[in-house]
Amino acid sequence: MPREITYLDAITEAIAEEMRRDEKIFHLSTDAPGALLKEFGPSRVRQTPITESALTGMAIGAAGSGYRPIVDWRLVTFSFVAMDQIVNQAAKIHYMFGGQQKFPILFRTTVGGGTRRAAQHSQSPYSMFMNLAGLRQALPSTPYDVKGLTKAAIRDNNPVVMFESGRLGGLQGEVPDEDYTIPFGQADVKREGTDVTVVALAWLVHEALAAAETLAKEGISVEVIDPRSLVPMDAETIRRSVQKTGRLVVADEAGPTCSAAAEIISLATEDAATFKALQAPPARVCAFQVPIPYAPHLEDHVFPDRNRIIDGIRTVIGS
Amino acid sequence: MTVSPDMQRNMLRQMQTIRRFEEHASEGFLAGDIYGVVHCYIGEEAVAVGVCATLTREDKIISTHRGHGHCIAKGADLKRMMAELYGRETGYCKGKGGSMHIADFEIGMLGANGIVAGGISIITGAGLAAQMDGNGAVAVCFFGDGASNAGPFHESINIAASWKLPVIYVCENNLWAVNVPAENSLAVTDVAARAAGYGIPGKIVDGNDALAVYEAASEAVAHARNGGGPTLIECKTYRHRAHTERADQPDARPKAEIEAWMAKDPIDQLAAHLKGQQGQLTEDEWAAMDADVMSEVEAAIAFAKASPFPSTDSVSQDVFAD
Ligand SMILES: Cc1ncc(C[n+]2csc(CCOP(=O)(O)OP(=O)(O)O)c2C)c(N)n1
Repeated sequence: MPREITYLDAITEAIAEEMRRDEKIFHLSTDAPGALLKEFGPSRVRQTPITESALTGMAIGAAGSGYRPIVDWRLVTFSFVAMDQIVNQAAKIHYMFGGQQKFPILFRTTVGGGTRRAAQHSQSPYSMFMNLAGLRQALPSTPYDVKGLTKAAIRDNNPVVMFESGRLGGLQGEVPDEDYTIPFGQADVKREGTDVTVVALAWLVHEALAAAETLAKEGISVEVIDPRSLVPMDAETIRRSVQKTGRLVVADEAGPTCSAAAEIISLATEDAATFKALQAPPARVCAFQVPIPYAPHLEDHVFPDRNRIIDGIRTVIGS
Repeated sequence: MTVSPDMQRNMLRQMQTIRRFEEHASEGFLAGDIYGVVHCYIGEEAVAVGVCATLTREDKIISTHRGHGHCIAKGADLKRMMAELYGRETGYCKGKGGSMHIADFEIGMLGANGIVAGGISIITGAGLAAQMDGNGAVAVCFFGDGASNAGPFHESINIAASWKLPVIYVCENNLWAVNVPAENSLAVTDVAARAAGYGIPGKIVDGNDALAVYEAASEAVAHARNGGGPTLIECKTYRHRAHTERADQPDARPKAEIEAWMAKDPIDQLAAHLKGQQGQLTEDEWAAMDADVMSEVEAAIAFAKASPFPSTDSVSQDVFAD
């Protein structure tokens, strides 16, 4: 029976269910999540010193020794002190050693802004991670998707980075009781349409759906696609949609430079059939390329929202 | 602590294997058959061998950029090691790693590492795994004096000490980090002094004396196996060669210092000790042992040279595990 739960509860459920299933899974974080700690105790849900770098490395060593660690970096901000372990070690260790050993690790981390916590605590740097070979990555937008992808991530035999959207933590959504996973590399068409494709990420999926609702009243039919996983990226679903609509807008909370949005546009336009079907240049609706400012009206000005998505759509359809 | 003559002979043989292997690694590098960069461990063999002699196959180690000695001491296959240096398909990493990235997970060798201090937290995680397994296994971290100034050393030792993880941190203090003397980078004379700040035992050992290293490591390993937590062992040693093998490389180290340490060669010392022990090693036996080691190394070279280079199709393999 489907129930309504929040995005954050869906993540906790996913982890708890997997931890019940497999005792090799344990959780490391500078702030142990209460519900998990209560159920599994302090040896499997470890409260650690504030040393994200060491935790990340320790997860690699434990994974290489037969465990399936979960590390919660908490804000992606704090992952930056662990960059050596992420970039030089976790991403490369399977390949560099000739595939000898598997390193199943889930790295959880929260991304996004909207919290009035200014530049250091409001970041969406997933394209920095996408640039690395060897890390699977997802950025889900609903409780259903985040639960299914978190479970898939825990069962995956690779280091996986799950970007959890801070803005969506309290979002309610339907989640079934039964066990399910969502495979990496499968986009989801969140709304079907015929005039323009909007590929949106995380919070912007919901803004794009709101934009689509508004434009439907004007007779503009918007298709909204959520890639859900960033690595691998489901280029096929995006291309098929753009071949149908002939128009592409990509909406993301990160800045545009070398971004997921840039990658999505490349994946679409470098495909001959998709390129031929295009009736207008694609458009990116992204944050401004600035550190995120504190004052509410400044922060809100930096991020894209439904209105900017509507503007982007109008531009590509020339209305 | 008494170490049986047999065991001493085994240790001597391993040390000589490391030396002969690396003499060839250097030759192969200068001949252009081995690529990139080769850091030789020659002069420091007593550390890897003395420590690994106290370990079982279930125990894990991690190494540094200067990793051949640790691999050999933990029991790695010379053929697959040499093939990796030659960039061949039959190498430990199928030609994708090279000298700085040899690992053998089957024998608990979690890899050389090209990042100074990069392996310290990884092996600490293996120590956590051993503690959770509860089977008495330990994890050993080899690292340099240079690495002891980096964050991962301090973060990892702090966690290992707080959680009483079965990890032995073995600092190979060869007095230099590339061309920088350790005294320029450390405000304390001894790396071992830092143990006090983490509430764990810190020991200083003559790193050119394999038996002294063995004794210190045995104690630390027993302490860790019994749930006592980590120990920091500082082995004072010296590399005989420049930081890396490179014909034109200047070496900042004073000649007299190099010569003084060459005179304390760890292999000569152990051989002399065995010879002095009521003839536990004769000149002939020693010559035969060396010849045996040489033929093993030569077989490894022949294996490497006869092995194919990996096909270019393999570049996309193993980016992700199945
Ligand atoms: C993080 C990092 N910085 C710099 C280097 C370049 N580098 C390679 S070895 C080395 C010196 C390391 O000294 P130490 O830890 O004492 O080990 P040793 O070479 O003496 O065995 C340096 C600086 C590196 N590999 N990684």
